[in-house]
Amino acid sequence: MLIAKRIFSFWYLIFVCGSILFTMYRSMKLGKVPKIRKIAGLDAIEEAVGRATEMGRPVHFSPGIGGITAIEAPQTFAGLAMLNYVAKLTARFDVPLIVTIRTPEVLPLAEETVSQAYVAEGKIDAFKADNIRYLSSQQFAYAAAVFGIIVREKPAANFLLGAFWAEALMLAECGSFMGAIQIAGTAQLSQVPFFVASCDYTLIGEELFTGAAYVTQDPGQLGAIVGQDIGKVVSAALIILGVILKVIGDKTLENLMKL
Amino acid sequence: MRRELPLAISFIIGLLVTVEFFFNIKVLQDWSKEIQNWGIIVAAFALGLASVNLLRIHAGNIRTRRENWPFSIALIVALLFMAGLGVAQSANHPTYKFWFDNLFSPCQATVYAMTAFYISSAAYRAFRIRTFEASVLLVSAAILMLGRAPVGELIFSGFPKWADFLVDVVNMSGQRGMMIGAGIGAISGGLRILLGIERGHIGGSSA
Repeated sequence: MLIAKRIFSFWYLIFVCGSILFTMYRSMKLGKVPKIRKIAGLDAIEEAVGRATEMGRPVHFSPGIGGITAIEAPQTFAGLAMLNYVAKLTARFDVPLIVTIRTPEVLPLAEETVSQAYVAEGKIDAFKADNIRYLSSQQFAYAAAVFGIIVREKPAANFLLGAFWAEALMLAECGSFMGAIQIAGTAQLSQVPFFVASCDYTLIGEELFTGAAYVTQDPGQLGAIVGQDIGKVVSAALIILGVILKVIGDKTLENLMKL
Repeated sequence: MRRELPLAISFIIGLLVTVEFFFNIKVLQDWSKEIQNWGIIVAAFALGLASVNLLRIHAGNIRTRRENWPFSIALIVALLFMAGLGVAQSANHPTYKFWFDNLFSPCQATVYAMTAFYISSAAYRAFRIRTFEASVLLVSAAILMLGRAPVGELIFSGFPKWADFLVDVVNMSGQRGMMIGAGIGAISGGLRILLGIERGHIGGSSA
């Protein structure tokens, strides 16, 4: 019934999901809420919005250029979860928030996210639908349009949180030239070095996915982070075991993983 | 209900597509294919909505004579012209291709080419920081560049091997660590969304 060469992946997925569900249950129902380490980039979000407030300049947010159906979808959703938090802060501090969108399917989600954040802060009158801007589905046309917005509107804070490709460096450098405080995060590993070089704070890989849990301190989401860590520990153990078995010429684990 | 219905649909569809990936069940495969077709239709509607958003913002720019408003006219004219041409003659028609290949593609290539200059400025900023990590980065980058450029091998024949070691061993091990973390993070994120615990994307902060 299980498709060949996906059997090990299936059971590993079940194990990781089981660990996450268990730690979420432990955190939500048994009250054993874990503490997670400080993440400078996430702590700096409020400071960045505060800086925009003091300077009387807007905040720019991009949830990446990925969609909601492909492999990069979790990054887009993580970006939208962070947008929810940033929008609440901008509503609270009365700072204009400009959201730039590349993927059409993300536009209604971004509009809903921002409007609900303004409703939650009791500032629905301050919500401007025209600040949630679809620019282009073409990668570099989108990048060029974001350049224009950053140069014209001079945001004091620039958030780039989601899936980015070759335009990552351009967007980050443009924000840097304009003197914006920049917080970026992506799980696209080839783009991480560019963000590290150009931005003030960078969320590397999985840190992007912990963002919503970290800023909301929601017990369920914090519990899930521990489940993730169990998955990572087991992955590391499998790597070490695999190396040892390979060195002694045993192919049991290798064959098991090929199932 | 406004929140619960999208969450229920997400859960059912997410579960169905995941199960279909692992199991060879004809009915699930058919449903999964059907759902993917629906996805294409939803994406087409979303493009329509996005075009309305674009038109509304730029029409507003023209109406209020905002700074650089003539560019908004150019955008609306180009958008309507190309959309009309595509609908009337299809995107493979020579006229459509002419405008796309001779106007849009060169602009896109120009923006992409600017990456080279941005890499220079970003590298300058990364290397000038006087920390131990920046020094390691600088030395590694110098070895890598010398290993990849033909002149490097002329200076010292070991540079290409050193560069390969840096890329295949040092860099790869770090990247794989991050990849595993990001992969498991994505599974966790997906699970939280499917279970409705993370609701940031539909306007709620958490469960």
